[in-house]
Amino acid sequence: MDYLLSEEAKMVQELARKIAVEKIKPVAAKHDQTEEYPWEIIKVVGEAGLFGLFIPQEYGGLGINVMNLCLATEELSRACGGIAVCYAASALGTFPIVLFGNEEQKKKYLPDLASGKKVAAFAVTEPEAGSDASAIKTTAKKVGDHYILNGLKHFITNGGDAETYVVIAMTDKARGARGASAFIVEKGTPGFSFGKKEDKFGIRASSTRELIFTDCKIPKENLLAKEGMGFIVTMRTFDMSRPGVAAQALGIAQGALDLAVKYARERHQFGKPISSFQGIQWMIADMATEIEAARGLVYSTARMVDAGMTGVSKESAMAKMFASDVAMKVSVDALQIFGGYGYMKDYPIEKYVRDAKITQIYEGTNQIQRNIIALQVIKEAAK
Amino acid sequence: MHIIVCIKQVPETTEVRINPETNTLIREGVKSIINPFDMYAIEEGIRLKEKFGGKVTVLTMGPPQADAALKEAISLGADEGVLVCDRAFAGSDTWATSYTLSGAIKKLGAFDLILCGKQASDGDTAQVGPGISTHLDIPQVTYVKKIEEVKDNTMRVERMLEEGFEIIETPLPALLTVVKEINEPRLPSLRGMMKAKTAKIISFTQKDLNLDPQNIGLCGSPTQVVKIFTPPQRTGGQIISGEIPEITAKLVELIKDEVH
Repeated sequence: MDYLLSEEAKMVQELARKIAVEKIKPVAAKHDQTEEYPWEIIKVVGEAGLFGLFIPQEYGGLGINVMNLCLATEELSRACGGIAVCYAASALGTFPIVLFGNEEQKKKYLPDLASGKKVAAFAVTEPEAGSDASAIKTTAKKVGDHYILNGLKHFITNGGDAETYVVIAMTDKARGARGASAFIVEKGTPGFSFGKKEDKFGIRASSTRELIFTDCKIPKENLLAKEGMGFIVTMRTFDMSRPGVAAQALGIAQGALDLAVKYARERHQFGKPISSFQGIQWMIADMATEIEAARGLVYSTARMVDAGMTGVSKESAMAKMFASDVAMKVSVDALQIFGGYGYMKDYPIEKYVRDAKITQIYEGTNQIQRNIIALQVIKEAAK
Repeated sequence: MHIIVCIKQVPETTEVRINPETNTLIREGVKSIINPFDMYAIEEGIRLKEKFGGKVTVLTMGPPQADAALKEAISLGADEGVLVCDRAFAGSDTWATSYTLSGAIKKLGAFDLILCGKQASDGDTAQVGPGISTHLDIPQVTYVKKIEEVKDNTMRVERMLEEGFEIIETPLPALLTVVKEINEPRLPSLRGMMKAKTAKIISFTQKDLNLDPQNIGLCGSPTQVVKIFTPPQRTGGQIISGEIPEITAKLVELIKDEVH
């Protein structure tokens, strides 16, 4: 299929594919096993300029382009969903500053994030506040020229390894969702420490950690936008980043299909390659078709965002939900094609099943995505 | 520092197919890449530029489509690409190629260093680098695995040998051929790729270089490929065991048999 990509988009795709094949593929199993953060890959991705895809040119980036970000994420994920999410999560942590930061904040934080010298993280989730983000308990109290942060964030991707964190905390509990604010917190700030590092089912190359704030004093200049804008910052950020999660799922699905097709052509049973059997062929046909359908949805949504269209929550949710469901189904079917070998860790395919699962869960579970889609569809009909 | 890196576009395969009638490479249907050993030369050139400043010029001789190799080098960080391209240069062997490239280098003007890969993955001759230095009458150091020190007019390098290495100091300008131990080539950057896309490749023809017609192209190439074959693989040999006097006697017998 031809996706009518621009010259620049083709370059992004080619470069990300090169990094995935030459640099990521050889180390994916190692990082999955050791859970070591892939700094050597982050360095390569940074030197290649891919962190610049979500940062404006005046701050050292190449200009925000969600389509290019999706293409890069897709290609990296094709080799390793875990390593790719370290990249995508930095985009997630950077978007709030790009979208809502003032000139000083952008100048201070974006150049290092554009070069990949530092990575970012976005901290919303808490033990009691998952899908229900309004239940956030972390507080930020204004005292003179500072805010004092107290509370616990958990399941934070890039937690511990990121240098720059955007943290959502309540500045006015009485106002509920409208009482949340977004803050930039730097690693090393007194009162900011890291708790439990999660031992995960998949995406094990990435770090997922607790952030602990104990009377953590940050200057008032670190407030993003205004007090009370925390949820708007969060929602706008997710609108930008959700196509990226969809692209991650898409890459995992494509990577699983690539492996399954290769294996089916090599594996012989009853004197023939198993790819010659209709049972396998039909599975491959379904997988390839579902991936193309997901890709269509992801690319269209990314193009809408780049065209500056607002109100893309429905499309973003559809892309994320559909692509991640496809990733789950395709990776499970790909493992099935590998038969007994697929169940063994000696073969890379079981990792794709583990890596795919999280894409149905994070940045809004697929059930929450369906809520968003249904509400929007019904609202449109009521107009 | 002006560094000139000589590169060659080669087929992307280790199993080169030969046309049995013409004894030349079959290039159809095979993707072209920069000779892998030349990637190390490009990387070393860029590193020297990053350290000492200056400019990296990449030079190749080949058909018009070889400009893709030059653009790739620019995407990695080289400053300019020069393509030596003319029907008159077709069929060049290593003698004619090195003569032609040295002519292009003279045309480029002053330089401090020429870098080449140790050999090309298709021809495997390792002759063009040394040939260029001979035509230019500058020192050459082959199989360089490390540049130890760079001074104003000299350079100290480590040269890889089959057993161990040699440290050599050479006056500049000089020509080095490099081995893969020298560095780890980088991947291109997006900025570099964008720059390469619009980069203008300098083109030299025979008219520009005005070289001796007797030394270029097919008629300037003394090499004649009579036959191409893969040498037979060495077999396992024979292990003689037993007590020393017994072994010695047996060995002497075997050598005698072999001689006769």
